[in-house]
Amino acid sequence: MERVIEGRVWTLGRDVDTDQIISGKYLTVIDPNELKKHVFEIALPEFAAGARPGDLIVAGENFGSGSSREHAPQAMRAIGVGAVVADSFARIFFRNAINLGIPAIEAPGVRAIFASGERGRVDLGSGRVTNVSTGASVSFPPLPHHLIELLEAGGLVEKVRRELARTGSPPAPGTA
Amino acid sequence: MSDPRGSGATLAEKILARSGGVDRTVPGQIVEGSVDLAMMHEQGAQTVAPFHQMGATRVWDPDRVVIAIDHWVPASTEGAAVLHRILRKFAEEVHLPHFYDVGQHGICHQILAENGWVVPGDLAVGTDSHTNMLGAMGAVATGIGPTEMAAVLALGRLWLKVPSTISVRVKGRFGPSVTAKDLVLRILGEIRTTGAQYRSVEFSGPTIERLSMPERFTICNMTTEMGAKTGMVAPDQTTFDFLAPIAKHPMRPLAPDRDAAYERTVEVDVDGMPPMVACPYSPDNVRPLPEVVREHVKIDQAFLGSCTNARIEDLREGAALMKGRKVAKGVRFIVSPASTKIYDQCLHEGIVEVFTEAGAVFTNSSCSACFGGNMGILAPEEACASSSNRNFPGRMGAKEARIYLMSPAAVVASAVEGEISDPRALA
Ligand code: SF4
Repeated sequence: MERVIEGRVWTLGRDVDTDQIISGKYLTVIDPNELKKHVFEIALPEFAAGARPGDLIVAGENFGSGSSREHAPQAMRAIGVGAVVADSFARIFFRNAINLGIPAIEAPGVRAIFASGERGRVDLGSGRVTNVSTGASVSFPPLPHHLIELLEAGGLVEKVRRELARTGSPPAPGTA
Repeated sequence: MSDPRGSGATLAEKILARSGGVDRTVPGQIVEGSVDLAMMHEQGAQTVAPFHQMGATRVWDPDRVVIAIDHWVPASTEGAAVLHRILRKFAEEVHLPHFYDVGQHGICHQILAENGWVVPGDLAVGTDSHTNMLGAMGAVATGIGPTEMAAVLALGRLWLKVPSTISVRVKGRFGPSVTAKDLVLRILGEIRTTGAQYRSVEFSGPTIERLSMPERFTICNMTTEMGAKTGMVAPDQTTFDFLAPIAKHPMRPLAPDRDAAYERTVEVDVDGMPPMVACPYSPDNVRPLPEVVREHVKIDQAFLGSCTNARIEDLREGAALMKGRKVAKGVRFIVSPASTKIYDQCLHEGIVEVFTEAGAVFTNSSCSACFGGNMGILAPEEACASSSNRNFPGRMGAKEARIYLMSPAAVVASAVEGEISDPRALA
């Protein structure tokens, strides 16, 4: 994981919930490459076709509220979204994104300094999001060490894989 | 005197301390909590691939894992059939015996509640955001995603940031036809959808102490709509009596300290409170029901169902109001019990007949119309009176469709009148 992530910005409003990210009718789809065709279908219909790997999402408050569906960050990972920055996140979305290795950055005030199409830069080390196009910036409390480790491992799957390789899968009760 | 900013521990802090194997926790601290119960529904199918990618071959404790399919039961699409099949094969492969398959099925949270899978003091996680409902047992119960569930299945633990706690103290007595649902809507109107983000909500006070377990499930269920990590009621005799015959593992009840350090306290008095309704398009867009009734909001569909309000008590109350009346012309009234057990009770008590004679559709137990992916889907110009918990755009189908959230009694009244109505006018 890069400590500095730069990319083209797509902006969204506040309270964009998971129904607006991936609608309930796609919940039986598990192929991320299929899912990515429908991401933000309700909130930002032009995103799915127009997004490129490395693009950044900048949203208002309470991004990703609603259901626990991992389809939402999975579709973003399939697109190759560089980071999601929001005024605030709903908790399950935040966990899901970090667990999938997508930097989710809570930076209060960030939505106000961006418009779609501008370039953004996220510096994880110093805790600053900058609008490269206008020079405006906001700071954020750096992620706890534990989460940086998770992102650096590339997500939870890789982190647990390393741990199990070291310690072995726990024996089933009664068979140990 | 209890000091709202005391130095004691809240219920969530105590449970997470025990679960994390430390003496004391403070908000913001990260603990590795050992899990007492892990629940998966259809979304659990997405757990299988990461579980294998992690190199895991065994589940940490198969007796602490429950699978309950509920969103599409029986499978209503080919995609759902595939999810069910993935879960059945996985359960067989890693020996997970507690699978509530078609025939024993019900909404996952109700399955956990009515079978005693979560008990006081537990840390419970589920692949569904309304896992918060089980906090009513005096547990920390919270939703997680499927990749995280894979790690829980492999290791039996997960990282959790200790939440700060909002204390909600409730006093007063409900008037006629005013219910726990109206109370939680009123609280949601105050705390709003972001007000409890990452936090625990602890309900207490004389009104809460008088609530039955089903009523406590309803209020803890909707802490999810407040953004909360968990919502809980400290265990008392009501909890113990409910769980004594069904608890699947020993209870380890904990209580918050009298001088617990709450982030803030919200005081609510329900004396004189009218029924409430959450209007489109957010569960915190809450208004007194009589105000909305005056606007004559026509409905096309009514839904008495979901993990929030489809327990036997809800259906009995609804049936008592429905009896001898008819569903208004032009309204589709869908009634979906929260579990197969409740379905059977409805059959035996004649509740099914009350609804079907009135012109309602009484369906098999499932999430049903709640989430817009299975049945009872709304067209763009339609409106629905619903006992469920979410009314975001697109929740029950078309993004323009309008959903009004209310108590079961208000749903029945609305189905009878064909517009948003006050149950007190019928009772
Ligand atoms: S009933 Fe609705 S809110 Fe409850 S688990 Fe099912 S879809 Fe989710």
